[in-house]
Amino acid sequence: MNPMLLLMQANAFTHFYNPAAPISGAPWLWFTILKLLVVFTVIMVGVAYLTLAERKISAWIQDRYGPNRVGPQGLFQPLADGLKNIMKEETYPDGAYKPLFILAPMMSFIPALITFAVIPFAAPLHTRWGYVTMSIANAPIGFLYILAITSLGVYGIVLAGWSSNNKYSLLGGLRSSAQMVSYEVAMGMATVAVLLLAGNVSLEGIVEQQVHSGWNAFPLLIGFFIFLVAAFAETNRLPFDLPEAESELIAGYHTEYSAMKFSMFFIAEYSNMITASALMTTLFFGGWSVPFWTSVNVAPWVWWKTLITLIAFTIKVVFFLFLFMWVRWTLPRFRYDQLMGLGWKFMLPVALGYIVIMSGALLVLQAVGIAPDARWLGFVPVYWAILGILNLVLAALVFVVLDRGRIVSPAYSRIEAARIARLRARSVRSALTPVEGD
Amino acid sequence: MATTKRTVEVALGTSGIDSQGRPYRAPVTVQENGGVTTLEPPEPIEPDLAGEHMLINIGPQHPATHGVLRLVLELDGETVVRCIPHIGYLHCGFEKIGEYRQYNQVIPWTDREDYLNSIGNNVAFALGAERLFGIEITPRCTVLRVIAMELSRIISHLVWLGTTCIDIGAFSPFLWAFEQRERVYELLESWVGARLTTSATRVGGMAADIPNGWVDKLRDFLRTFPKVVDEIDRVLTTNGIWVGRTVGLGVMTAEEAINYGLSGPMIRASGVAYDVRKDFPYLDYETYDFEVPVGTNGDVYDRFLVRLEELRQSTRILVQAVDRLPDGPINTSDHRVILPPKSKAMSDMESMIHHFKQVMEGPRPPIGEAYVAVESPKGEKGYYMVSDGTAKPVRWRIRPPSFVNLSAIPKMVEGHLLSDVIAINASIDIVMGEIDR
Repeated sequence: MNPMLLLMQANAFTHFYNPAAPISGAPWLWFTILKLLVVFTVIMVGVAYLTLAERKISAWIQDRYGPNRVGPQGLFQPLADGLKNIMKEETYPDGAYKPLFILAPMMSFIPALITFAVIPFAAPLHTRWGYVTMSIANAPIGFLYILAITSLGVYGIVLAGWSSNNKYSLLGGLRSSAQMVSYEVAMGMATVAVLLLAGNVSLEGIVEQQVHSGWNAFPLLIGFFIFLVAAFAETNRLPFDLPEAESELIAGYHTEYSAMKFSMFFIAEYSNMITASALMTTLFFGGWSVPFWTSVNVAPWVWWKTLITLIAFTIKVVFFLFLFMWVRWTLPRFRYDQLMGLGWKFMLPVALGYIVIMSGALLVLQAVGIAPDARWLGFVPVYWAILGILNLVLAALVFVVLDRGRIVSPAYSRIEAARIARLRARSVRSALTPVEGD
Repeated sequence: MATTKRTVEVALGTSGIDSQGRPYRAPVTVQENGGVTTLEPPEPIEPDLAGEHMLINIGPQHPATHGVLRLVLELDGETVVRCIPHIGYLHCGFEKIGEYRQYNQVIPWTDREDYLNSIGNNVAFALGAERLFGIEITPRCTVLRVIAMELSRIISHLVWLGTTCIDIGAFSPFLWAFEQRERVYELLESWVGARLTTSATRVGGMAADIPNGWVDKLRDFLRTFPKVVDEIDRVLTTNGIWVGRTVGLGVMTAEEAINYGLSGPMIRASGVAYDVRKDFPYLDYETYDFEVPVGTNGDVYDRFLVRLEELRQSTRILVQAVDRLPDGPINTSDHRVILPPKSKAMSDMESMIHHFKQVMEGPRPPIGEAYVAVESPKGEKGYYMVSDGTAKPVRWRIRPPSFVNLSAIPKMVEGHLLSDVIAINASIDIVMGEIDR
């Protein structure tokens, strides 16, 4: 399992092929490269068709047709869009800081793509050289890797906002950095509960745990909710798309971008969506496991199990992608202070309290002696059910006690007339200060 | 000779860049006895911790300013410290052009000022001209004009609703609203042949009668339209984010609203039940059964609720108007303003003279002046015209509700955040064609 160990084995030529053991040696290398290529291609094509799906779904919600001119039912529309973006002229604003202006789209594009590397997307594939885990890198620190890499995406946005030398871009970049940092905290906290339950930060391990003791979505309902909201904020999608709020900031941080560089931000956004959906699937909805058909989810591995689990994973991910779009075309946008308030005053305390309560509950269950895979009457998953009911109670408390008006507060933030007068006096004073050479 | 010259506002609008690349504004100068002295800066009231303020231009080219409004905002962080609206980017001189046009020729210009309410403007101008001429219109024309006014109110409110949704980030209701607007435009197209620039009225009547089957199409619209309003109501009114984004924003108390001269949904949201249709009825509005929705807080949310309810009340008026639509001519029989039929003009001496006079020099009102105010979707819309007895008005003046309502924007946005500026600006429901004229 350890990549270093595998590499050492590969170099020493000391292995022999065992179909029941993990793949190693030269076949491991070839399969990894193959997986790399396949996953990259699938994500890029997926992103292209997500843009089409977004337009089709929005059209469906808004009683119109959507793109239907290029190819049958508009199926070649992403192709045409891509071609257009490649052929368009790249423009550079006069005052832009060019090195960072060029670097910024890449810095947001690359983390978005490489986060997918550790997500297992199917059951291991059986080959004559050993079984192949269906994630590009089966890293034991999978989840920590994801947290680390997704945080890097914010650099691209901040640098894009700053280097454009545009006030709207700058405001977009500032908002985005604040937003992503705030929600990352809540997101990380929400997943701690998953890690507690799984006792593992490897995503393979988390999937395996869910195969045995049921999906985490029910026993960790609040954790899932917080993760879901944070995922929307992390991907800058409505109702959290403040960094690019078009009605206020034109296009936010990518106002000054054109052609392929603009396209890169677009690809980054959509591949972030794919990663976030895949992550929600993996952490809370059993990853690639198929519900109610346990024999598919466990060894011995055969090729059709890989295929079926891949389909199951795809269906789950597509559902979350649809959810992203559904929400986008339904809800209005938060205001900046509401967004911050929601992140810091609601999500973070709830996530922290939730960790405490869940670890307490896990300890109690351990002390009482209920094992995670215990079945009452042979089929009722006790452990799963108890935690789930606890979560339902907590959810009711959270949503009843903290009613809507408190979570998303209306505009009481207006500063009073006296303070405006003071600020104005200051601004007049700075205007009055004699300027050299005036 | 002591002359005082203050250049604060001008300097703010045209800031320069100093040697460090920072924006600055020209100093305030007081010119006394021919000499220039710079004012002493006021005493610092609080330590200058936050650094300089940022000037940001919202418009004239910005996706969220409706039309070519330009707002110069002075931001402390994201808080608006000062807001100065600049207008005039769409100035066309409609009122001056009107002085060189006959009364019926002015009507196309009224299409183009508040272009979301063009048929309503046509009606309002015709009402003013008829008051000047001193003529009565036929019963059928009166009801048709009520239908025109209310249809145009529906169009205007739908556009307002849609664009406000976009400004606050909800895209879908925009297209739901625009689909209904399209249906109204189809009705208008089959009536007067144009969608946006209708020019539907003439002094003393209408340009055209409604075609056969039009009433059924209108009834069909009135039956299905309230469902869409209800749908938008369901999606937005109790939506936590929508409420959070609009409640408590841009509050105008009833007193402030009256002092600023606001009208229309703006003043009604503040709790003042002022509606020209009720208070100074025209076109027999007093005989229709409808209610004037009134808000309590005068914030953006109340303005939204008031306009949503007005959509329903307009539908109610339209249902009554369609039911009472009488048969008969649409034009008055007064041949000083309406051409006699061609056959009569060829056989009857007096008709021929009327025809000749109207074609050659246009209808001529008596010397005098007239002011007519109607309840346009934006508020109290007034047309004032002065006649010296010739066929062209010596002065034609519009009282644009958007312009007066817009004057309150600095009062409403200062102290709020940048995002709120967009929501408040949207809630005023401005049309720059009407403001700049």
